[in-house]
Amino acid sequence: MVSAPTVTGHAAMTDRIALAFARARSEGRAALVTFVTAGDPSIAATLDVLSALVEGGADVVELGMPFTDPMADGPAIQAANLRSLANGTTTAAIFQIARWFCERYPHVPLVLMGYANPMLRRGAEWFANQAASTGVSGVICVDLPPEEDDQLGPALRERGVHLIRLATPTTDAARLPAVLDGASGFLYYVSVAGITGLQQAAQASIEDAVARLKAATDLPVAVGFGIRSPDQAAAVGRVADGVVVGSAIVDLVARHGADAPAQVRTYIQSLSAALAAARKGVHA
Amino acid sequence: MNDTTTLPNSLRAQPDDRGHFGQFGGRFVSETLMPLILDLEREYRAAKQDPAFKAEFDELMRDFVGRPSPLYYAERLTEHYRAKAPAGKGPKIYFKREELNHTGAHKINNCIGQILLARRMGKTRIIAETGAGQHGVATATVAARFGLPCTIFMGAKDVERQKPNVFRMKLLGAEVHPVTSGAQTLKDAMNEALRDWVATVHNTFYIIGTVAGPHPYPELVRDFQSVIGNEAREQILEREGRLPDLLIAAVGGGSNAIGLFHPFLDDPEVAMTGVEAAGHGVETGQHAASLNGGLPGILHGNRTYLLQDEDGQITEAHSISAGLDYPGIGPEHSWLHDIGRVQYLPVTDAEALDAFQLCCKLEGIIPALESAHALAALETKALEMDEDRIIVVNVSGRGDKDIFTVADALGVAI
Repeated sequence: MVSAPTVTGHAAMTDRIALAFARARSEGRAALVTFVTAGDPSIAATLDVLSALVEGGADVVELGMPFTDPMADGPAIQAANLRSLANGTTTAAIFQIARWFCERYPHVPLVLMGYANPMLRRGAEWFANQAASTGVSGVICVDLPPEEDDQLGPALRERGVHLIRLATPTTDAARLPAVLDGASGFLYYVSVAGITGLQQAAQASIEDAVARLKAATDLPVAVGFGIRSPDQAAAVGRVADGVVVGSAIVDLVARHGADAPAQVRTYIQSLSAALAAARKGVHA
Repeated sequence: MNDTTTLPNSLRAQPDDRGHFGQFGGRFVSETLMPLILDLEREYRAAKQDPAFKAEFDELMRDFVGRPSPLYYAERLTEHYRAKAPAGKGPKIYFKREELNHTGAHKINNCIGQILLARRMGKTRIIAETGAGQHGVATATVAARFGLPCTIFMGAKDVERQKPNVFRMKLLGAEVHPVTSGAQTLKDAMNEALRDWVATVHNTFYIIGTVAGPHPYPELVRDFQSVIGNEAREQILEREGRLPDLLIAAVGGGSNAIGLFHPFLDDPEVAMTGVEAAGHGVETGQHAASLNGGLPGILHGNRTYLLQDEDGQITEAHSISAGLDYPGIGPEHSWLHDIGRVQYLPVTDAEALDAFQLCCKLEGIIPALESAHALAALETKALEMDEDRIIVVNVSGRGDKDIFTVADALGVAI
């Protein structure tokens, strides 16, 4: 179980994302942000996997909303989306999972991540109401750039739900202010121009990017895409406020099915331990 | 509608500066692609103002594509419907002969325009999606013409169904990448092309084949395809001294239709019918009629009518015509549908097959199955319009590619 965090500074006491990053910072480590696809391989199994994430030490949990056409995702998460949909995962079921999680782990922020069409199918107001009443802390909408923010952003922000923005290697200095305008929660740096789960970016390019982003925003910067091993996580965790791991967890779920929770817990523990040691031990 | 009241004098001034056609269109892409999309828009605006760009486009259209395509009086089809129609009914039917273009369809018009943009932007690699293979062949053709390496994403099922076009693309030097994700058809090919593009934005230009995708694609593809309507307008004025009463074109993504329609949108006397593929019938759920059987949503970079379920999952389209077998439609069509400027009519596989055979027998033209959907609309339109009226049908492509599908549907072994 997660104990109530102690926070100094002015982070809003109700903002679980700010609290989670602040807690990690106070412990001298990067926050561990983890992703799983809802309903993969089943709704019941998702609950167990989510528990394993928290028990293993995840600070923030991203719950993937499956979509038939996940065009920003690599093979692992594509397959997870299809498995989930084949199991009949509905939007209602995803919110049931979210509600269960938020009630059981009230201190661990839950972020819904997915594509615009399933989120907006019943309208932005409906989705934002569901998210807020369920206890969801933030939303990542992969195919909603700042240019289309008005489709969803205002509805979420009015209800205190963060719309988390993404920055990428192609987000240049001229564009960065547009990305940061209205950004909240944390800034998700997609370290690779590409799809999820394949190669990892060079450490030097991640360091440069994080420095550039942190100079431009006070939001925590979490880095993701292609991070799998504890060593990779530790290297990124030395410079970033958060480390995002997704496809590697989804792979474990795919490989181990009903036995996945124990595997996931062990894996997450190895990442947490690496992050906890990263800024204390020998620098790479 | 708000959209028309903000621009009361023209229906041809869309989209707005954010790429919206009313509530449709827009730029729903991942952040990685946004800077490139914005670059493309800037480059396209500059190209439009550049006389050298237009001169090069026009020259290639004339000497490489073979434009202008003829406007042809379909005399025997006209007589056929006059004989069937009540007295005094049965309008003159003209064909806009896009099937005579190099590569056999209208697709090449857009590919020429986009590869010139790719060159302007200094891109050194071309990618495209294709369903039936027509856009893939057209893209491979312009890539060969300009010496750029080219990868075509094509659903594995379509690779199997469209072997002649796969071989054509390979002859033209393209790499054909079979897509095994999802349903392995056009929609999945587009997903995979987007996945490639997001990892290769630094050197790669994505030639989208229809008036869909993120802004500015729907606008620029429309502009390149408007050569169809601009020519038709000039040709019909020369032949008949007046504008046509009705334009008919098939709509999958909708590029041949918008190309014909757009230059006439501000002529209220010109009616327009877009024909959607109704597959086995809109009521069966097995169709590709996004406007008649879908709802607004977001896919592949734009907001438009889509085939989808109550949770926003995209459902599979069905049409005998691979080129119409897509669960979405270009956003400008969604807008034209909502404001009522264009009527969108569903036509089934069976109706298209009948029209296909009729056109072969009466006019000596084997139309593409896509175009056969447009021709099938004559079964109602040509019977109810007066004989002094004029219809222009866009024969968007030739049907050689479809003879195996048609033989199969007719139960003929070849």
